[in-house]
Amino acid sequence: MESLSNKKKVLVSKPLNFAERMYLPAIASGLTTTIGHFFKKPATVKYPEQEREFSINWRGMHSLKRDEQGRERCTACGLCALSCPAEAITMIAAERKNDEKHLYREEKYASVYEINMLRCIFCGLCEEACPKEAIYLDGPIVPADYLRKDFIYGKDKLVEAPLESVLEVK
Amino acid sequence: MEIDFVIEKFILVIALFAISLLIAMYSTYAERKVAAFLQDRLGPDRAGPFGILQPLADGVKMFMKEEIIPANANKWLFMVGPGLAMLCACIGTAVIPWGQDMMVGDRLVKLQVTDINVGLLYIFGVISLGVYGVMIGGWASNNKYSLLSAIRAASQNISYEIAMGLSIIALLLVTNSLSLREIVSQQHGFNWNVWYQPLGFLIFMVCAFAETNRAPFDLPECEAELNGGYHMEYSSMKLGFYLFAEYINMFVSSTVMAALYFGGYNYPGMDYMAGLLGPTWAPLFGTAIFFLKIFAFIFFFMWVRWTIPRFRYDQLMSLGWKGLIPLAIANIVITGIVIALTNNF
Repeated sequence: MESLSNKKKVLVSKPLNFAERMYLPAIASGLTTTIGHFFKKPATVKYPEQEREFSINWRGMHSLKRDEQGRERCTACGLCALSCPAEAITMIAAERKNDEKHLYREEKYASVYEINMLRCIFCGLCEEACPKEAIYLDGPIVPADYLRKDFIYGKDKLVEAPLESVLEVK
Repeated sequence: MEIDFVIEKFILVIALFAISLLIAMYSTYAERKVAAFLQDRLGPDRAGPFGILQPLADGVKMFMKEEIIPANANKWLFMVGPGLAMLCACIGTAVIPWGQDMMVGDRLVKLQVTDINVGLLYIFGVISLGVYGVMIGGWASNNKYSLLSAIRAASQNISYEIAMGLSIIALLLVTNSLSLREIVSQQHGFNWNVWYQPLGFLIFMVCAFAETNRAPFDLPECEAELNGGYHMEYSSMKLGFYLFAEYINMFVSSTVMAALYFGGYNYPGMDYMAGLLGPTWAPLFGTAIFFLKIFAFIFFFMWVRWTIPRFRYDQLMSLGWKGLIPLAIANIVITGIVIALTNNF
Protein backbone atom coordinates (compact mmCIF):
# COMPACT_ATOMS: atom_id res chain seq x y z
CA MET A 1 0.00 0.00 0.00
CA GLU A 2 1.11 3.53 -0.73
CA SER A 3 2.55 5.32 2.29
CA LEU A 4 0.57 8.46 3.17
CA SER A 5 3.31 10.29 5.02
CA ASN A 6 5.89 9.54 2.32
CA LYS A 7 8.45 9.05 5.09
CA LYS A 8 8.72 5.30 4.74
CA LYS A 9 12.08 4.12 3.48
CA VAL A 10 12.73 0.59 2.42
CA LEU A 11 16.22 -0.42 3.52
CA VAL A 12 18.14 -2.77 1.32
CA SER A 13 21.32 -4.29 2.70
CA LYS A 14 23.66 -4.35 -0.25
CA PRO A 15 27.01 -6.12 -0.10
CA LEU A 16 29.88 -3.68 0.48
CA ASN A 17 31.55 -2.39 -2.66
CA PHE A 18 35.31 -2.52 -3.10
CA ALA A 19 36.08 0.86 -1.48
CA GLU A 20 33.90 0.01 1.50
CA ARG A 21 35.51 -3.39 1.90
CA MET A 22 38.93 -1.73 1.99
CA TYR A 23 37.79 0.26 5.08
CA LEU A 24 40.50 2.82 4.36
CA PRO A 25 38.41 5.65 2.79
CA ALA A 26 35.92 5.46 5.64
CA ILE A 27 38.74 5.36 8.20
CA ALA A 28 40.40 8.40 6.61
CA SER A 29 37.18 10.41 6.66
CA GLY A 30 36.60 9.38 10.27
CA LEU A 31 40.08 10.47 11.24
CA THR A 32 39.62 13.89 9.62
CA THR A 33 36.38 14.35 11.56
CA THR A 34 37.98 13.57 14.89
CA ILE A 35 41.10 15.65 14.28
CA GLY A 36 38.79 18.58 13.48
CA HIS A 37 37.44 18.28 17.00
CA PHE A 38 40.97 18.19 18.40
CA PHE A 39 41.37 21.90 17.64
CA LYS A 40 37.90 22.97 18.72
CA LYS A 41 37.35 24.85 21.91
CA PRO A 42 36.37 22.43 24.71
CA ALA A 43 32.80 22.77 25.92
CA THR A 44 33.87 22.11 29.51
CA VAL A 45 33.02 24.61 32.26
CA LYS A 46 35.60 24.20 35.04
CA TYR A 47 32.93 24.26 37.69
CA PRO A 48 34.26 25.28 41.07
CA GLU A 49 36.44 28.03 39.60
CA GLN A 50 34.16 28.99 36.79
CA GLU A 51 30.38 29.13 36.99
CA ARG A 52 27.93 29.16 34.19
CA GLU A 53 25.39 31.99 34.25
CA PHE A 54 21.96 30.95 35.42
CA SER A 55 18.97 31.47 33.17
CA ILE A 56 16.56 34.24 34.20
CA ASN A 57 13.91 31.83 35.44
CA TRP A 58 16.43 29.83 37.48
CA ARG A 59 15.18 28.68 40.88
CA GLY A 60 17.95 28.09 43.40
CA MET A 61 18.34 28.42 47.15
CA HIS A 62 15.65 30.37 48.97
CA SER A 63 16.27 33.69 50.59
CA LEU A 64 14.02 35.50 53.07
CA LYS A 65 13.85 39.13 52.03
CA ARG A 66 14.03 42.37 53.98
CA ASP A 67 12.18 45.56 53.16
CA GLU A 68 13.79 48.90 52.26
CA GLN A 69 14.39 49.66 55.98
CA GLY A 70 16.09 46.35 56.59
CA ARG A 71 13.20 44.70 58.40
CA GLU A 72 12.26 41.08 57.77
CA ARG A 73 9.23 40.90 55.55
CA CYS A 74 8.02 37.47 56.64
CA THR A 75 4.96 37.54 58.84
CA ALA A 76 4.80 33.79 59.48
CA CYS A 77 1.40 33.38 57.86
CA GLY A 78 2.32 29.85 56.84
CA LEU A 79 1.03 30.08 53.26
CA CYS A 80 4.38 28.95 51.91
CA ALA A 81 4.35 25.88 54.14
CA LEU A 82 0.78 25.18 53.08
CA SER A 83 1.51 25.53 49.40
CA CYS A 84 4.65 23.45 49.55
CA PRO A 85 3.95 20.12 47.76
CA ALA A 86 7.02 18.52 49.35
CA GLU A 87 6.27 19.71 52.86
CA ALA A 88 9.73 21.11 53.18
CA ILE A 89 8.88 24.28 55.10
CA THR A 90 8.09 24.64 58.79
CA MET A 91 7.99 27.71 60.99
CA ILE A 92 7.15 28.94 64.48
CA ALA A 93 5.46 32.32 64.75
CA ALA A 94 6.15 34.86 67.48
CA GLU A 95 4.76 38.26 68.42
CA ARG A 96 6.87 41.33 67.84
CA LYS A 97 7.94 43.25 71.00
CA ASN A 98 7.88 47.00 71.04
CA ASP A 99 11.62 47.34 70.90
CA GLU A 100 11.83 45.03 67.86
CA LYS A 101 10.02 47.35 65.43
CA HIS A 102 13.20 47.97 63.54
CA LEU A 103 13.71 44.20 63.03
CA TYR A 104 10.33 42.92 61.82
CA ARG A 105 7.91 44.69 59.54
CA GLU A 106 4.68 43.09 60.73
CA GLU A 107 3.38 42.50 64.25
CA LYS A 108 3.91 38.77 63.84
CA TYR A 109 7.13 37.24 62.65
CA ALA A 110 8.78 33.82 62.24
CA SER A 111 11.06 33.09 65.16
CA VAL A 112 12.03 29.80 63.57
CA TYR A 113 11.87 29.24 59.84
CA GLU A 114 13.25 26.00 58.43
CA ILE A 115 13.42 24.56 54.94
CA ASN A 116 14.55 20.98 54.44
CA MET A 117 16.64 21.18 51.31
CA LEU A 118 16.48 17.41 50.81
CA ARG A 119 12.69 17.59 50.56
CA CYS A 120 12.51 20.78 48.54
CA ILE A 121 11.83 20.25 44.84
CA PHE A 122 12.45 23.89 43.89
CA CYS A 123 9.03 24.27 42.30
CA GLY A 124 8.71 27.90 43.36
CA LEU A 125 5.17 27.58 44.74
CA CYS A 126 6.22 29.17 48.07
CA GLU A 127 7.43 32.19 46.13
CA GLU A 128 4.05 32.42 44.38
CA ALA A 129 2.05 31.87 47.56
CA CYS A 130 3.81 34.54 49.63
CA PRO A 131 1.57 37.63 50.08
CA LYS A 132 4.42 39.68 51.56
CA GLU A 133 7.04 39.11 48.86
CA ALA A 134 9.23 37.65 51.58
CA ILE A 135 10.62 34.50 49.96
CA TYR A 136 12.36 34.15 46.64
CA LEU A 137 14.30 31.26 45.11
CA ASP A 138 17.00 33.52 43.75
CA GLY A 139 20.08 32.01 45.38
CA PRO A 140 22.83 29.77 44.06
CA ILE A 141 22.91 25.96 43.91
CA VAL A 142 22.37 24.40 47.34
CA PRO A 143 25.76 22.93 48.26
CA ALA A 144 26.38 19.28 49.03
CA ASP A 145 26.89 18.10 52.61
CA TYR A 146 27.53 14.92 54.60
CA LEU A 147 24.71 14.72 57.16
CA ARG A 148 20.95 14.93 56.72
CA LYS A 149 20.60 17.36 59.59
CA ASP A 150 22.85 19.84 57.85
CA PHE A 151 20.37 20.14 55.00
CA ILE A 152 17.73 21.69 57.22
CA TYR A 153 18.38 25.37 56.65
CA GLY A 154 17.32 27.78 59.38
CA LYS A 155 17.02 31.54 59.41
CA ASP A 156 20.78 31.87 59.80
CA LYS A 157 21.24 30.63 56.26
CA LEU A 158 18.02 31.84 54.67
CA VAL A 159 17.55 35.46 55.76
CA GLU A 160 19.15 38.09 53.60
CA ALA A 161 22.14 39.91 55.08
CA PRO A 162 21.07 42.99 57.12
CA LEU A 163 20.80 46.25 55.21
CA GLU A 164 23.60 47.98 57.13
CA SER A 165 26.12 45.32 56.32
CA VAL A 166 25.08 45.45 52.66
CA LEU A 167 25.56 49.23 52.70
CA GLU A 168 28.90 48.90 54.46
CA VAL A 169 30.16 46.53 51.80
CA LYS A 170 29.08 48.93 49.09
CA MET B 1 85.28 -7.90 28.92
CA GLU B 2 86.37 -4.53 30.22
CA ILE B 3 84.61 -2.99 33.18
CA ASP B 4 83.74 0.25 31.39
CA PHE B 5 81.89 -1.73 28.69
CA VAL B 6 79.75 -3.30 31.41
CA ILE B 7 79.11 0.07 33.03
CA GLU B 8 78.18 1.59 29.67
CA LYS B 9 75.66 -1.13 28.88
CA PHE B 10 74.35 -1.03 32.44
CA ILE B 11 73.64 2.69 32.19
CA LEU B 12 72.01 2.19 28.80
CA VAL B 13 69.76 -0.62 30.07
CA ILE B 14 68.69 1.33 33.13
CA ALA B 15 68.03 4.46 31.07
CA LEU B 16 66.04 2.50 28.51
CA PHE B 17 63.99 0.80 31.18
CA ALA B 18 63.28 4.10 32.90
CA ILE B 19 62.36 5.80 29.62
CA SER B 20 60.02 2.96 28.60
CA LEU B 21 58.23 3.08 31.94
CA LEU B 22 58.07 6.88 31.91
CA ILE B 23 56.66 6.96 28.41
CA ALA B 24 54.14 4.24 29.24
CA MET B 25 53.16 6.19 32.35
CA TYR B 26 52.60 9.39 30.46
CA SER B 27 50.90 7.50 27.62
CA THR B 28 48.06 6.82 30.03
CA TYR B 29 47.86 10.55 30.71
CA ALA B 30 48.23 11.39 27.01
CA GLU B 31 45.53 8.90 26.11
CA ARG B 32 43.05 10.55 28.42
CA LYS B 33 44.02 14.01 27.23
CA VAL B 34 43.85 13.06 23.54
CA ALA B 35 40.49 11.38 24.11
CA ALA B 36 39.25 14.51 25.83
CA PHE B 37 40.46 16.86 23.10
CA LEU B 38 38.98 14.68 20.38
CA GLN B 39 35.65 14.85 22.21
CA ASP B 40 35.73 18.62 22.93
CA ARG B 41 36.58 18.08 26.60
CA LEU B 42 39.50 19.05 28.82
CA GLY B 43 40.58 15.73 30.33
CA PRO B 44 42.27 15.32 33.71
CA ASP B 45 43.49 18.72 34.92
CA ARG B 46 43.27 18.61 38.72
CA ALA B 47 46.47 16.85 39.87
CA GLY B 48 49.23 19.40 39.36
CA PRO B 49 49.36 21.95 36.52
CA PHE B 50 47.37 20.60 33.53
CA GLY B 51 46.93 17.37 35.50
CA ILE B 52 50.56 16.46 34.93
CA LEU B 53 50.68 14.40 38.15
CA GLN B 54 47.65 12.32 37.19
CA PRO B 55 49.71 9.16 36.37
CA LEU B 56 51.21 9.28 39.88
CA ALA B 57 47.75 9.57 41.40
CA ASP B 58 46.58 6.63 39.28
CA GLY B 59 49.62 4.60 40.33
CA VAL B 60 49.03 5.28 44.02
CA LYS B 61 45.39 4.34 43.56
CA MET B 62 46.40 1.04 41.94
CA PHE B 63 48.80 0.19 44.76
CA MET B 64 46.23 0.97 47.43
CA LYS B 65 43.53 -1.27 45.97
CA GLU B 66 42.74 -4.57 47.62
CA GLU B 67 44.50 -7.56 46.10
CA ILE B 68 42.01 -10.28 45.27
CA ILE B 69 42.85 -13.77 44.01
CA PRO B 70 39.69 -15.73 43.15
CA ALA B 71 39.18 -18.86 45.23
CA ASN B 72 39.20 -21.29 42.32
CA ALA B 73 41.90 -19.59 40.30
CA ASN B 74 45.20 -21.28 39.62
CA LYS B 75 47.14 -19.10 42.05
CA TRP B 76 50.60 -19.53 40.66
CA LEU B 77 49.64 -18.90 37.02
CA PHE B 78 47.34 -16.11 38.14
CA MET B 79 50.36 -14.31 39.55
CA VAL B 80 52.68 -15.18 36.65
CA GLY B 81 50.32 -13.76 33.99
CA PRO B 82 50.76 -10.02 34.61
CA GLY B 83 54.48 -10.45 35.25
CA LEU B 84 54.92 -12.21 31.94
CA ALA B 85 52.93 -9.56 30.11
CA MET B 86 55.13 -6.89 31.64
CA LEU B 87 58.38 -8.76 30.99
CA CYS B 88 57.58 -9.37 27.33
CA ALA B 89 56.66 -5.74 26.91
CA CYS B 90 59.89 -4.48 28.48
CA ILE B 91 62.52 -6.63 26.73
CA GLY B 92 61.51 -5.57 23.22
CA THR B 93 63.50 -2.34 23.26
CA ALA B 94 66.88 -4.06 23.74
CA VAL B 95 67.76 -4.40 20.05
CA ILE B 96 66.54 -1.00 18.87
CA PRO B 97 69.36 1.28 17.70
CA TRP B 98 68.47 4.55 19.40
CA GLY B 99 71.04 6.71 17.66
CA GLN B 100 74.26 6.84 15.73
CA ASP B 101 77.50 6.06 17.56
CA MET B 102 78.20 8.85 19.97
CA MET B 103 81.52 10.28 21.12
CA VAL B 104 81.67 10.70 24.89
CA GLY B 105 85.08 12.14 25.65
CA ASP B 106 87.32 9.93 23.50
CA ARG B 107 85.11 6.87 23.77
CA LEU B 108 82.74 5.68 21.04
CA VAL B 109 79.41 4.71 22.63
CA LYS B 110 76.88 2.62 20.75
CA LEU B 111 73.35 3.77 21.55
CA GLN B 112 72.04 0.22 21.37
CA VAL B 113 71.95 -2.37 24.12
CA THR B 114 72.80 -5.27 21.86
CA ASP B 115 73.18 -5.63 18.11
CA ILE B 116 72.22 -9.23 17.45
CA ASN B 117 72.23 -10.12 13.76
CA VAL B 118 68.65 -11.44 13.88
CA GLY B 119 67.30 -8.37 15.67
CA LEU B 120 64.17 -8.28 13.59
CA LEU B 121 63.32 -11.89 14.44
CA TYR B 122 63.98 -11.14 18.10
CA ILE B 123 61.47 -8.27 18.06
CA PHE B 124 59.01 -10.45 16.25
CA GLY B 125 59.43 -13.23 18.79
CA VAL B 126 59.02 -10.88 21.74
CA ILE B 127 55.85 -9.39 20.30
CA SER B 128 54.48 -12.90 19.78
CA LEU B 129 55.36 -13.88 23.34
CA GLY B 130 53.30 -10.96 24.63
CA VAL B 131 50.09 -12.90 24.08
CA TYR B 132 51.16 -15.53 26.65
CA GLY B 133 50.63 -13.05 29.48
CA VAL B 134 47.08 -12.50 28.30
CA MET B 135 46.44 -16.20 27.73
CA ILE B 136 47.83 -17.38 31.06
CA GLY B 137 46.03 -14.63 32.95
CA GLY B 138 42.75 -15.36 31.18
CA TRP B 139 43.02 -19.10 31.72
CA ALA B 140 44.17 -18.95 35.35
CA SER B 141 41.28 -16.66 36.33
CA ASN B 142 38.87 -19.59 36.07
CA ASN B 143 36.21 -17.36 34.59
CA LYS B 144 34.46 -18.04 31.31
CA TYR B 145 34.66 -14.45 30.10
CA SER B 146 38.36 -14.35 30.82
CA LEU B 147 38.83 -17.65 29.04
CA LEU B 148 36.86 -16.48 26.00
CA SER B 149 38.97 -13.36 25.95
CA ALA B 150 42.18 -15.40 26.16
CA ILE B 151 41.05 -17.56 23.24
CA ARG B 152 40.19 -14.47 21.24
CA ALA B 153 43.56 -12.91 22.02
CA ALA B 154 45.43 -16.05 21.01
CA SER B 155 43.65 -16.56 17.70
CA GLN B 156 43.80 -12.85 16.87
CA ASN B 157 47.51 -12.67 17.55
CA ILE B 158 48.30 -15.81 15.58
CA SER B 159 46.24 -14.63 12.62
CA TYR B 160 47.83 -11.22 12.45
CA GLU B 161 51.36 -12.48 13.09
CA ILE B 162 51.23 -14.21 9.73
CA ALA B 163 50.40 -11.05 7.81
CA MET B 164 52.96 -9.13 9.88
CA GLY B 165 55.68 -11.68 9.13
CA LEU B 166 54.85 -11.62 5.43
CA SER B 167 55.04 -7.83 5.32
CA ILE B 168 58.46 -8.04 7.01
CA ILE B 169 59.66 -10.52 4.37
CA ALA B 170 58.97 -7.90 1.70
CA LEU B 171 60.96 -5.43 3.77
CA LEU B 172 63.83 -7.91 4.02
CA LEU B 173 63.92 -8.17 0.23
CA VAL B 174 64.60 -4.42 0.16
CA THR B 175 67.08 -4.21 3.04
CA ASN B 176 68.94 -7.54 2.67
CA SER B 177 69.56 -7.63 6.42
CA LEU B 178 67.91 -8.80 9.62
CA SER B 179 70.04 -6.61 11.87
CA LEU B 180 68.08 -3.58 13.01
CA ARG B 181 71.25 -1.52 13.18
CA GLU B 182 71.92 -2.28 9.55
CA ILE B 183 68.33 -1.63 8.48
CA VAL B 184 68.20 1.75 10.19
CA SER B 185 71.59 2.95 9.00
CA GLN B 186 70.63 2.10 5.40
CA GLN B 187 67.84 4.66 5.61
CA HIS B 188 70.29 7.55 5.77
CA GLY B 189 68.83 11.01 5.36
CA PHE B 190 65.43 10.82 3.72
CA ASN B 191 65.96 7.40 2.13
CA TRP B 192 63.27 5.85 4.31
CA ASN B 193 61.89 2.35 3.72
CA VAL B 194 58.32 3.60 3.67
CA TRP B 195 58.94 5.05 0.18
CA TYR B 196 59.84 1.55 -1.08
CA GLN B 197 57.30 -0.39 1.00
CA PRO B 198 54.16 1.74 1.42
CA LEU B 199 51.81 -1.24 1.22
CA GLY B 200 54.07 -3.30 3.48
CA PHE B 201 54.02 -0.48 6.02
CA LEU B 202 50.24 -0.30 5.92
CA ILE B 203 49.93 -4.04 6.52
CA PHE B 204 52.54 -3.92 9.26
CA MET B 205 50.76 -1.05 10.98
CA VAL B 206 47.34 -2.73 10.91
CA CYS B 207 48.93 -5.89 12.31
CA ALA B 208 50.72 -3.86 14.99
CA PHE B 209 47.32 -2.51 16.10
CA ALA B 210 46.06 -6.08 16.33
CA GLU B 211 49.15 -7.40 18.12
CA THR B 212 49.00 -4.72 20.79
CA ASN B 213 45.26 -5.36 21.29
CA ARG B 214 44.49 -1.73 20.60
CA ALA B 215 41.24 -0.40 19.18
CA PRO B 216 39.78 -1.18 16.66
CA PHE B 217 41.12 -4.68 17.39
CA ASP B 218 40.72 -4.65 21.18
CA LEU B 219 38.46 -7.68 21.17
CA PRO B 220 40.27 -9.46 24.03
CA GLU B 221 39.19 -6.76 26.48
CA CYS B 222 35.90 -5.97 24.80
CA GLU B 223 34.03 -4.33 27.69
CA ALA B 224 30.60 -4.63 26.12
CA GLU B 225 30.72 -8.38 25.60
CA LEU B 226 33.34 -9.76 27.98
CA ASN B 227 33.30 -7.30 30.89
CA GLY B 228 36.96 -6.47 30.45
CA GLY B 229 38.01 -9.91 29.31
CA TYR B 230 41.27 -11.43 30.47
CA HIS B 231 41.87 -8.90 33.27
CA MET B 232 38.33 -9.12 34.62
CA GLU B 233 39.38 -10.97 37.81
CA TYR B 234 42.46 -8.89 38.38
CA SER B 235 42.73 -6.04 40.82
CA SER B 236 45.34 -3.80 42.35
CA MET B 237 48.79 -3.69 40.76
CA LYS B 238 48.28 -6.94 38.83
CA LEU B 239 45.63 -5.16 36.83
CA GLY B 240 47.97 -2.19 36.71
CA PHE B 241 50.65 -4.40 35.15
CA TYR B 242 48.31 -5.54 32.39
CA LEU B 243 47.20 -2.02 31.59
CA PHE B 244 50.77 -0.79 31.78
CA ALA B 245 52.05 -3.60 29.55
CA GLU B 246 49.59 -2.51 26.89
CA TYR B 247 51.08 0.96 26.86
CA ILE B 248 54.64 -0.32 26.80
CA ASN B 249 53.67 -2.58 23.90
CA MET B 250 52.28 0.45 22.14
CA PHE B 251 55.58 2.26 22.70
CA VAL B 252 57.59 -0.72 21.41
CA SER B 253 55.36 -1.09 18.35
CA SER B 254 55.66 2.61 17.59
CA THR B 255 59.43 2.34 17.96
CA VAL B 256 59.64 -0.63 15.63
CA MET B 257 57.49 1.09 13.01
CA ALA B 258 59.54 4.27 13.24
CA ALA B 259 62.79 2.29 13.01
CA LEU B 260 61.82 -0.10 10.21
CA TYR B 261 59.86 2.20 7.93
CA PHE B 262 60.42 5.81 8.98
CA GLY B 263 64.19 5.89 9.22
CA GLY B 264 64.67 5.67 12.98
CA TYR B 265 67.14 8.37 13.94
CA ASN B 266 67.62 9.49 10.32
CA TYR B 267 66.23 12.78 9.13
CA PRO B 268 66.74 14.95 6.05
CA GLY B 269 69.72 17.27 6.47
CA MET B 270 71.42 15.06 9.05
CA ASP B 271 74.87 15.41 7.46
CA TYR B 272 74.64 19.19 7.76
CA MET B 273 73.54 18.90 11.39
CA ALA B 274 76.36 16.44 12.11
CA GLY B 275 78.85 19.06 10.94
CA LEU B 276 77.12 21.72 12.98
CA LEU B 277 76.71 19.89 16.29
CA GLY B 278 79.76 17.63 16.36
CA PRO B 279 80.06 13.91 17.12
CA THR B 280 78.61 14.15 20.66
CA TRP B 281 75.45 16.13 20.19
CA ALA B 282 74.43 15.24 16.62
CA PRO B 283 73.58 11.60 17.52
CA LEU B 284 71.56 12.82 20.48
CA PHE B 285 69.68 15.19 18.19
CA GLY B 286 68.96 12.21 15.94
CA THR B 287 67.67 10.31 18.97
CA ALA B 288 65.37 13.22 19.78
CA ILE B 289 64.04 13.10 16.20
CA PHE B 290 63.52 9.35 16.65
CA PHE B 291 61.46 9.98 19.77
CA LEU B 292 59.41 12.61 17.93
CA LYS B 293 58.53 9.97 15.34
CA ILE B 294 57.66 7.51 18.11
CA PHE B 295 55.40 10.06 19.79
CA ALA B 296 53.71 10.74 16.47
CA PHE B 297 52.94 7.03 16.16
CA ILE B 298 51.69 6.82 19.74
CA PHE B 299 49.43 9.77 19.01
CA PHE B 300 48.20 7.98 15.91
CA PHE B 301 47.40 4.88 17.99
CA MET B 302 45.28 7.04 20.29
CA TRP B 303 43.72 9.02 17.48
CA VAL B 304 42.56 5.78 15.83
CA ARG B 305 41.29 4.42 19.13
CA TRP B 306 38.94 7.36 19.58
CA THR B 307 37.76 7.31 15.98
CA ILE B 308 37.06 3.77 14.84
CA PRO B 309 34.58 1.44 16.51
CA ARG B 310 35.62 -2.10 17.38
CA PHE B 311 35.50 -4.76 14.66
CA ARG B 312 33.16 -7.67 14.97
CA TYR B 313 35.04 -10.93 15.52
CA ASP B 314 34.21 -12.45 12.13
CA GLN B 315 35.17 -9.14 10.46
CA LEU B 316 38.48 -9.24 12.30
CA MET B 317 39.20 -12.76 11.11
CA SER B 318 38.12 -12.16 7.53
CA LEU B 319 40.19 -8.98 7.40
CA GLY B 320 43.22 -10.86 8.66
CA TRP B 321 42.96 -14.03 6.62
CA LYS B 322 41.17 -12.90 3.46
CA GLY B 323 42.43 -9.31 3.32
CA LEU B 324 45.85 -8.78 4.78
CA ILE B 325 47.52 -12.14 4.09
CA PRO B 326 46.77 -12.18 0.31
CA LEU B 327 47.78 -8.51 0.15
CA ALA B 328 51.03 -9.23 1.95
CA ILE B 329 51.80 -12.13 -0.40
CA ALA B 330 51.05 -9.95 -3.41
CA ASN B 331 53.35 -7.34 -1.91
CA ILE B 332 56.18 -9.88 -1.66
CA VAL B 333 55.68 -10.98 -5.28
CA ILE B 334 55.61 -7.43 -6.62
CA THR B 335 58.62 -6.40 -4.53
CA GLY B 336 60.53 -9.46 -5.72
CA ILE B 337 59.75 -8.78 -9.39
CA VAL B 338 60.70 -5.11 -9.12
CA ILE B 339 63.98 -5.94 -7.36
CA ALA B 340 64.81 -8.65 -9.91
CA LEU B 341 64.11 -6.23 -12.76
CA THR B 342 66.09 -3.32 -11.31
CA ASN B 343 69.08 -5.54 -10.52
CA ASN B 344 69.22 -7.17 -13.96
CA PHE B 345 68.42 -4.32 -16.31
